[in-house]
Order: sequence, then structure tokens, then C-alpha cells
Amino acid sequence: MSEDIKPRIRVPSSAKKGEMVEVKTLISHVMESGQRRDSAGKPIPRKIINTFTCVYNGKAVFTAKLEPAISANPYISFFFKAEESGKLEFAWKDDDGSVYKAEQAITVA
Amino acid sequence: MPDLPVHVAALDRRRVLVLALAGGATLIGGALLARMARATPETAKKLLESLAKGTPQEGKVSLKAPEIAENGNTVPITISVDSKMEGGDRVKALHIVADGNPQPGVASFEFGPASGKVDIQVRLRLAETQKVICVAEMADGSLWQTAREIKVTIGGCGG
Repeated sequence: MSEDIKPRIRVPSSAKKGEMVEVKTLISHVMESGQRRDSAGKPIPRKIINTFTCVYNGKAVFTAKLEPAISANPYISFFFKAEESGKLEFAWKDDDGSVYKAEQAITVA
Repeated sequence: MPDLPVHVAALDRRRVLVLALAGGATLIGGALLARMARATPETAKKLLESLAKGTPQEGKVSLKAPEIAENGNTVPITISVDSKMEGGDRVKALHIVADGNPQPGVASFEFGPASGKVDIQVRLRLAETQKVICVAEMADGSLWQTAREIKVTIGGCGG
């Protein structure tokens, strides 16, 4: 089920200095809660994205700790204040230890 | 299960019957307890206390959510906090708990100095109609909360 985990981000490529920029993120992921059972009655092991981080030029902007109560294909949107040009780096951490990454440059004028 | 005496054979019939009934009752009771192992307002409160020390005041935090969510698998919510994001007024963290899911925790967010404002959207999984509570932790240590009941038509934890 994990073969098709794809992060997606939507951030404007440029912003005015001091502008609040909305960042929208989504990752295709089952977010298996660990509460469900398969047809044989065996519990399906938990497999969720447990942590999401967004770093801007090496500084932490936003961190999310997620529980199974977050929907499949977790969508998260938030804001950050654009003060200088740089790079936004995103990372999603999976229960199985994998880390999915994405990044986007943003020009601040 | 109650401990069965070694000399079961020596017991009279009535006693065996009573023991068997007691054993059965324990089993059923255990199964019921296991089924009911889910978040309650108390466990949700306890979790909040462990996440953010102190007594939250009402206000500052606003939670936008549908009054009735038809599909509990994905309930979009928007949370914003009234804050200048400077000095003691800066939002450090935001915690969400729900009191009717198998586990009370939903998500915790932390905000760095570069986050300009707290206005986030996420999608929740809700097992049934329940209260969703958001607590914001400010840099000066004060806590602000809001709670809202979301009615769920089809629960999101089916299997």
C-alpha cells in the first residue's frame, strides 16, 4: 500500500516582504489507524504519518505531531511570514521509519 | 478468570455451576471493557493536562467546523488563534483532542518564530458525534481553549 506515497505542496513562488504566505500540503497516505481489522479478524497494524515539519532557511516554521485521528491523505495548511528569499523544506515521517521530502524556493521582493 | 481449585472433582455440582457462571461473567465483562476502551471526556482532559500544564481560559482560539459531518472519515476543520505572534503573545503550540475516538489525541502543532499567524486547516477522523477541544499555548505560558461538538452521521473508524 505504501508504493504510491506522494507529497504535494502549494506555495506561491514569490511574495512581498512581510507578507503572510499560505502553505498548503497534502501527502497521499493511508493513515492506517491500527483500530481496524482485516477480513480474517486480525488487527491491521498502525501505519501513519506521525510527524510533519516545515523548515525555512534552516529555521523551524511549523511542526505537526499527528495521531490516527487525522484523515487518510493528510492535508495541512498553515501560514508563514516571508521575510527573505529562501527555501521551504518539508518532511513527512512515517511510522515505518521512511521520510518523504519536498521543497520549494520562494523569492521575497 | 478465577483460579480453579485443583480438587475440582471433589466439588459438588452446585459449586461447579456457580464457578462456571462466574467465569463466564468475567469473560463477558472483560470483552465489554475491551470494547469500551475509548476516549472519554476524562481521558481527553487528562491528555490535555499532560500536553499543556495549567488551566486554560476560554477565548482567543476559534475553531471552524461543520456542525454536522456526514462522513466521519474526513471532517475539515479550521483553527485560528488571535495573536500578534510577538513576545509573550506568540503562540508556541496548539493541541487538538477529541473525546469520543478510540484514542483522545488528534494532533499537536508547534509554531516557530517565522510563522506569521496561526490559521491552520486539517482533516479529522471522528468515530462518532463528539466534542473537539483546541488548546493554544502562548509564549508567556497562558493557555486558551475552545471546544465544539461535531455531529457525525457515519463514523470514521469502521473496519
